Amino acid sequence: MSLSRAEVERVSLLARLELSEAELTSMTEQLGQVIGYMDLLAELDTEDVEPMAHAVELSNVFRPDELRESYPRAEMLARAPHADGEFYLVPAVLGE
Amino acid sequence: MPALTQLSATELLAELSAGRVSSLEVTQAFVDQIEAHDQKVGAFLRFDGAVALEQAQKIDRRRAAGEQLGKLAGLPVAVKDLLCSRGEKTTCASRILENFVAPYDATAVAKLKAADAVLIGRTNLDEFAMGGSTENSAFQKTRNPWNLECTPGGSSGGAAACVAALMAPLSVGTDTGGSIRQPAGLCGVTGLKPTYGRVSRFGLVAFASSLDQIGPLARSAEDAALLLEVIAGHDPYDSTSVDRPVPAYSQTVTRPLAGLTLGLVREHFGEGLDSEVEHAVREAIKVYQSLGAKVKEISLPHSKYGVAAYYIIAPSEASSNLARYDGVHYGYRTDEKGMQAALAAERTRLESAGDRRAIDELDSPLVRLYRRSRAEGFGAEVKRRIILGTYALSAGYADKFYLQALKVRRLIRQDYDAAFQEVDLILGPVTSSPAFKIGEKVDDPLSMYLVDLYTVTANLAGIGGIAFGCGFSADGRPIGMQLQAPPFEEERLLRACHIYQQSTDWHRRIPTL
Repeated sequence: MSLSRAEVERVSLLARLELSEAELTSMTEQLGQVIGYMDLLAELDTEDVEPMAHAVELSNVFRPDELRESYPRAEMLARAPHADGEFYLVPAVLGE
Repeated sequence: MPALTQLSATELLAELSAGRVSSLEVTQAFVDQIEAHDQKVGAFLRFDGAVALEQAQKIDRRRAAGEQLGKLAGLPVAVKDLLCSRGEKTTCASRILENFVAPYDATAVAKLKAADAVLIGRTNLDEFAMGGSTENSAFQKTRNPWNLECTPGGSSGGAAACVAALMAPLSVGTDTGGSIRQPAGLCGVTGLKPTYGRVSRFGLVAFASSLDQIGPLARSAEDAALLLEVIAGHDPYDSTSVDRPVPAYSQTVTRPLAGLTLGLVREHFGEGLDSEVEHAVREAIKVYQSLGAKVKEISLPHSKYGVAAYYIIAPSEASSNLARYDGVHYGYRTDEKGMQAALAAERTRLESAGDRRAIDELDSPLVRLYRRSRAEGFGAEVKRRIILGTYALSAGYADKFYLQALKVRRLIRQDYDAAFQEVDLILGPVTSSPAFKIGEKVDDPLSMYLVDLYTVTANLAGIGGIAFGCGFSADGRPIGMQLQAPPFEEERLLRACHIYQQSTDWHRRIPTL
């Protein structure tokens, strides 16, 4: 199967990426080829195969629930592009 | 005595601990080599000779004072710029983290510091480790020390190139689909991808969490063993790191290894394998046979599905892992005023055109902030993989792509489990051809992905593999081979590589820069 330009555009919103017109064109073509190659997987009958999400198939790994120092807020906020010493600042989300 | 840069890490450590040479002298030798040649090679993203020499002097003083020192005391080690180092920039070769300063040490870095290694610099990589040529770095190209027109491979291209060019005796890389083994093969050095869970991933900037693994690059198995011994082990900060003892790799690597049965994968010697590579690998098989190894042909029937499964699973995990780069918490953010003005202009234009639907679908300022920050911060390959992964996980496609890939992953693991019932190690090429030219594959992602044919299956199955040089093409490019072993058999990999290196001298060849 192939990939349409509209699908790439839709996925770019899901992925929170802005793509230029040129990028949309090249990505539709390049990823179309890649997705086409993935069709190879469809020839395998995997009806009774258990999916393998991880190489080391651990279930819950527990540790004692102990109080520990966290990283200092000021040190973390210092890495933010825009903060006020207490919060991360973003464009207004609610209301016009 | 040869120049200090030509000695192996093992030899240098012996000289250092016997007091015949100081860390200052050793470090100075590598600093000089970097200053003389890295302009051409471009292995290091950041390197500060003064800082390295200061660390060396500190270790020399402690040694003089009779202090107990760590296992790598005074030895320079380079680190791929994908592992956090507290108070230092950690860029992942991405614009989005160009000015990011890590708030903590990756466990592997902390272990290097505790072992008293001299951290000599941060090596170049494909952005977020996505690529096989190091051309996807946002900052610079790295060239193959054996042929400056060629790539060193990737993503740990800087890590492999700096070892090949004698700029560091040891270097730390990471391998998600071949990113240690492929550049090791293309640069003629020794690179080991450990079993998943052998080395803590804490502080390793995540690409594909179920596949990523940190490992050593060095000039020989003996040297790789030294580094693996220091960085391996369980870590409470990484619940996927496995709680089992770390063997004394640096001691056991030189033990003889008799009665080996090596498996040759039928599918690995088929169409598409360069004849010079095939010849070199077949010669290596003869070396093993002369050392008493038995050779058996085996089949990994699902290996041809490896690249397809990998390029669904890895981008899917990447699309999730890279969601954290949002222009809000850390890293690059677009110019907010410009973004707001552009958005307002877009709205005005749509309103005057009376396009209701487009107005309703227009991004909110926050969504546009995310989208534009990421668009400006990520390079082309990272964007491709984010889109690919998001697509493979999106409603309507997740079963067809992601779930199917996970099932094929199981089949690939079962192939290996069955093969290791019959053989001790699997031997084959690491890439189908020697190093390719810079620019040759940049505009053709699928052909770049297919380079990973022989390496991705080990990551999908979670097993270990080691790559090392076994010859050169007629025009002087290194040819690499690979051994793969059952889970947690790193000792077997290292010892098998060591016996080969005892009988051959490919790993001692040095490029002319």
